[in-house]
Amino acid sequence: MATEILMPALSPTMEEGTLAKWLVKEGDEVKSGDILAEIETDKATMEFEAVDEGKIGKILIEEGTQGVAVNTPIAVLVEDDESVDDVQVSAPPAQQPAAEKSAEPAPAEAEAPAPERDISPDWPEGTEMKTMTVREALREAMEEEMGRDETVFLMGEEVGEYQGAYKISQGLLDKFGPRRVVDTPISEIGFTGIGTGAALAGLRPIVEFMTFNFAMQAIDHIINSAAKTLYMSGGQMGCPIVFRGPNGAAARVGAQHSHDYAAWYAQIPGLKVVMPYSAADAKGLLKQAIRDPNPVIFLENEILYGRSFEVPDLEDFTIPFGKARIARAGKDVTIVSFGIGMTHALEAADKLAEQGIDAEVIDLRTLRPLDYATILESVKKTNRCVTVEEGFPVASIGNHISAHIMENAFDYLDAPVINCTGKDVPMPYAANLEKHALITSDEVVEAVKKVTYK
Amino acid sequence: MARKPAGGTAAPSNTSKDELLKYYRDMLLIRRFEEKAGQLYGMGLIGGFCHLYIGQEAVVVGLEAAAKEGDKRITSYRDHGHMLACGMDPRGVMAELTGREGGYSKGKGGSMHMFSREKHFYGGHGIVAAQVPLGAGLAFADKYLGNDNVTFTYFGDGAANQGQVYESYNMAELWDLPVVFVIENNQYAMGTSVKRSTKSTSLFGRGEAFGIPGEQVDGMDVLAVKAAGEKAVAHCRAGKGPYILEVMTYRYRGHSMSDPAKYRTREEVQKMRDERDSIENVRDLLLQGKHATEDELKAVDKEIKDIVNDSAEFAKESPEPALEELWTDIYASDLPQGSAEENA
Repeated sequence: MATEILMPALSPTMEEGTLAKWLVKEGDEVKSGDILAEIETDKATMEFEAVDEGKIGKILIEEGTQGVAVNTPIAVLVEDDESVDDVQVSAPPAQQPAAEKSAEPAPAEAEAPAPERDISPDWPEGTEMKTMTVREALREAMEEEMGRDETVFLMGEEVGEYQGAYKISQGLLDKFGPRRVVDTPISEIGFTGIGTGAALAGLRPIVEFMTFNFAMQAIDHIINSAAKTLYMSGGQMGCPIVFRGPNGAAARVGAQHSHDYAAWYAQIPGLKVVMPYSAADAKGLLKQAIRDPNPVIFLENEILYGRSFEVPDLEDFTIPFGKARIARAGKDVTIVSFGIGMTHALEAADKLAEQGIDAEVIDLRTLRPLDYATILESVKKTNRCVTVEEGFPVASIGNHISAHIMENAFDYLDAPVINCTGKDVPMPYAANLEKHALITSDEVVEAVKKVTYK
Repeated sequence: MARKPAGGTAAPSNTSKDELLKYYRDMLLIRRFEEKAGQLYGMGLIGGFCHLYIGQEAVVVGLEAAAKEGDKRITSYRDHGHMLACGMDPRGVMAELTGREGGYSKGKGGSMHMFSREKHFYGGHGIVAAQVPLGAGLAFADKYLGNDNVTFTYFGDGAANQGQVYESYNMAELWDLPVVFVIENNQYAMGTSVKRSTKSTSLFGRGEAFGIPGEQVDGMDVLAVKAAGEKAVAHCRAGKGPYILEVMTYRYRGHSMSDPAKYRTREEVQKMRDERDSIENVRDLLLQGKHATEDELKAVDKEIKDIVNDSAEFAKESPEPALEELWTDIYASDLPQGSAEENA
């Protein structure tokens, strides 16, 4: 049977090309792999190989012809006993047969019918509380989940014998042994890839970064390997893994150890991003993160590790993702924050109260998923909003929230939303400069006065 | 045409007719499948990047012959051969290449990103060398769960210059992970030959600093690859940690479909094809050993051609994914299939 040889597409963007040179002539026998012609694409001159065996019956496009559309028949291959005269040459085809460009718009994101706002209490009324630090809360969360599920293990630098660079994993090696508390060499990209691979195979690793600054060496695995694989595999390859560690500025540690990555990770579909402030949230959210079947970024803060909070004295409790907490109810302005930003937000709210301004403070707790409903509801009540975060100002979480409020509650706003952020500079070392680079509660107070015109 | 006799470490006489025929068949399937993929690319039915495996068939077929059920494999973006060799359905692979619903990733992965829980194939990775620590992690899971599975972690001579390979070597040996690091040395990292990228060209020896044994294998000889694979796998299964195989191979086509391959001569490629072709080598063994007749091999050729044509037809007929698919598989709602309990 005669076979048409078609003008090939030889690059991702080629639509037509020049048939520069024929390397075979009519009557030549060819087999697969033989080079038939040289074709100039939009990028380069390429060799075009035969796929089928046969004899060149007829050359349809002379060499030197320019602008030959992809899929135009350029020659006819015949079998030995065939004559080229028997061959019907088809007309040049229309572009791209199969992939019809659908005019139908893609369906809107699932957020269209806004999820019901979850306003249930985080734990039952009357639950006994105990005081503990964020550090202890994180350790308890890991200990409980490792006790609950054999596939959960902790890996990272100094997590075992050293008992944790920040003592978050203190005692875990003694309790669970080196199989489940794995000290790694200083090899961030390597152990992040190994943890991700173990998660693809069904384990539930907790990967501790000594700080998230070091995770920049490993961010390719967090994003390309962990966050995208479920989608790229059509839903086959889940990656249940937690990446956790301190994030953001500590104190006087300079530019390379002070970066807040909240906005970076919050941008990535496929990741969940948690940034707790209180010890109760740290515990409930970390337990939730370890049970989640997706990659979770869990951003802690060194300064908060030693702070004490009330934590419910329950055998087991988790806090769902995407549920903000109203840390302080108020009516004059909405202050939205998360993580250590909450320190400044709450401090500012106290100062504002002294000046007769009643601020509502929302702790987002998770940045992906983000509880838009709670923000909007509050803004519709107060008509003013200030966001507070430690990270850089450009493309910040606050920018995103501002845009969302503008799109969804524009008519409720009595003032533009102000984003309080860290300054747009690498973190300086000098004590006075560092203080100025970071967000302060006084700046939040100033911003609130601006949006309340006071 | 002077073809070197199929040499290598394994004597052909030890290999049965059935085995030889299987290798011939499996390698030919990859060759014909890839030729068809190249053709469909030329017709605009396959888009983007498409990296063909033509020339390297003996590597995956030889190593699969050393694997057992439960063993895992992971590789780079030049992944079609690995998928076919481990028994994935040619229809599903070809339909992924055309971006259709019937593809292994429902059309959402493409040529470089396919996976199969069922066949323990973990991709299909587009970032050079990223699959190396991931492969070590798969092996970590098997060791953690206490089974005797081995992971074949494939990467190229180009990836061998990435730092994360050596972090993986170090931890794999430190923790005795059951992983075979397979360096498919096809001699060119896109357009850069091995000699232009390193002075230390014995890639198999680079594990020595970490205590990992390694050896170089003739990757155009499927029997030699199989023999080396068996040795490596035995080392891993015995709990002795990782093993490195540097498999010397050659890709006949460009790096991707859009590579004009001006960094090597046509004569160099033709010489490999004429003198060292892995499929022709096995064909010679079959005919010379009177294991098969020309007619029998023709029947195999026909059978393969039919499978490949069927996969191409399926890949053309399968519909594009529904638009709703844009928004699915971003997050898992439950523990996915193939979880640790199943692996235990």
